[in-house]
Amino acid sequence: MSLFSQAFAVARKDLAVELRTKESLNAAGSFAIVILVIFSFAFDSFSDEMKEYGGGLLWLVFAFAGALVFNRGFARELPNECLDTLLASPLSGAALVIGKAFANFTMLLVVELVSLVVFGIFYNVDWLGQAGWLGAVFALATWGVSILGAVFGALTVNLRLRELMLPVVIYPLMIPILIAAIELTNIVLTRRSISEDMQWVKVLVASDIGFTGLAWLLADTILVS
Amino acid sequence: MREKLVVAFVALGAILLAYNLYQIFLVLPDEAAQGYIYRIIYFHVPAAMVAMLGFFAALVCSVWYLAGGDLRFDSFAASIVEVSVVFATVNLVTGSIWARVEWGIWWTWDYRLTSQLVCVLIFAGYLIMRRAIDEPTQRARLSAALTIFGCFDAVIVWKSIEWFRNNHPGPVLSFRTGGEQRMDPAMEHQLFLNALALLIMAVALTLVRARQESTAREIDSLRRAAHV
Repeated sequence: MSLFSQAFAVARKDLAVELRTKESLNAAGSFAIVILVIFSFAFDSFSDEMKEYGGGLLWLVFAFAGALVFNRGFARELPNECLDTLLASPLSGAALVIGKAFANFTMLLVVELVSLVVFGIFYNVDWLGQAGWLGAVFALATWGVSILGAVFGALTVNLRLRELMLPVVIYPLMIPILIAAIELTNIVLTRRSISEDMQWVKVLVASDIGFTGLAWLLADTILVS
Repeated sequence: MREKLVVAFVALGAILLAYNLYQIFLVLPDEAAQGYIYRIIYFHVPAAMVAMLGFFAALVCSVWYLAGGDLRFDSFAASIVEVSVVFATVNLVTGSIWARVEWGIWWTWDYRLTSQLVCVLIFAGYLIMRRAIDEPTQRARLSAALTIFGCFDAVIVWKSIEWFRNNHPGPVLSFRTGGEQRMDPAMEHQLFLNALALLIMAVALTLVRARQESTAREIDSLRRAAHV
């Protein structure tokens, strides 16, 4: 089996488990909606300026909800020694990390879609005309945070303060991706052209390639239990 | 032997620092546009240089640890990161004081400032995380991975004044401008001398911290052996 088919098998397994239990999606989705509701008290949600703040608001929500998804990624393998079994299988470390990242990516995209619908309704922002561009920005940025979530989810899975340590470690690393995603989302929501600010696309692409490459290289080392 | 080396580094650093302070505050003239406050550059820039050098030295030690599994390199990496975080914080604080005088504000969300702050947060997270892990090899592995990912941001800090339009001044030192002299040679020479003094001090501090780390690891392994 090639690395990608192995990674795809891991992602398919994680998504199948998630579809049955819905533990990450329910927690992250409802958390995202609650945060969006709370933010609506802090801002005038019907002002024209909402589109200018929309990117920041959405990506804060995604980052917080993402931590819930990433925490479960490897933690769901702890009961019944599933993680040890996966490590003992012929599966390569890189395939396991990339597969987990792909599962994180898919789950986070679902949470983002739900949040975007709620955001559009609660904050009176019509984003449907920009759905294609928003999708591209979300996909690029979500892959970057998902691969970070998979790597550091693996590294922190056996820590006693796992839920606390993961955000402390990954949020600072996510910041370049979040800044770029916020800027690009604001550009799309205010219907400006992305070509005005291509540097943010470059930041996202460089982060995605850089973090995926590092995850690939370090996977076997970080997965030694 | 190591104690003598530390004493030698501290003595050398102290002498050089005393000479530099005399030159900076009593010999060199004020800068034409900025006046007296420009002198902060002799601490602001060298602190950043030492911090950046430290983060990349920690990267090398981390890769070395991952390649060979020798925990001494983990001790070195942790010590270097701790000292580098202090120097990076000095860089941020001195920059902030300069900005208050020159720009009228303590802080702006400029790419250089933001990326440096993020770098401090990443490596502060590294130090917090190390305290939360008891098992030495697990701690070393996680720390090494975090250092490697964290240095991704250190590269952004280094290149941000070239990649983005910033409020922060662009490159002025001749090794960043391709030899073009944008700073008075006497001032630049003094800046490099102070960078050397701070670097010597940083090496001395790192050696002391690395010794403490090794001792702590030995005590920890003895405690574990006693419990088995």
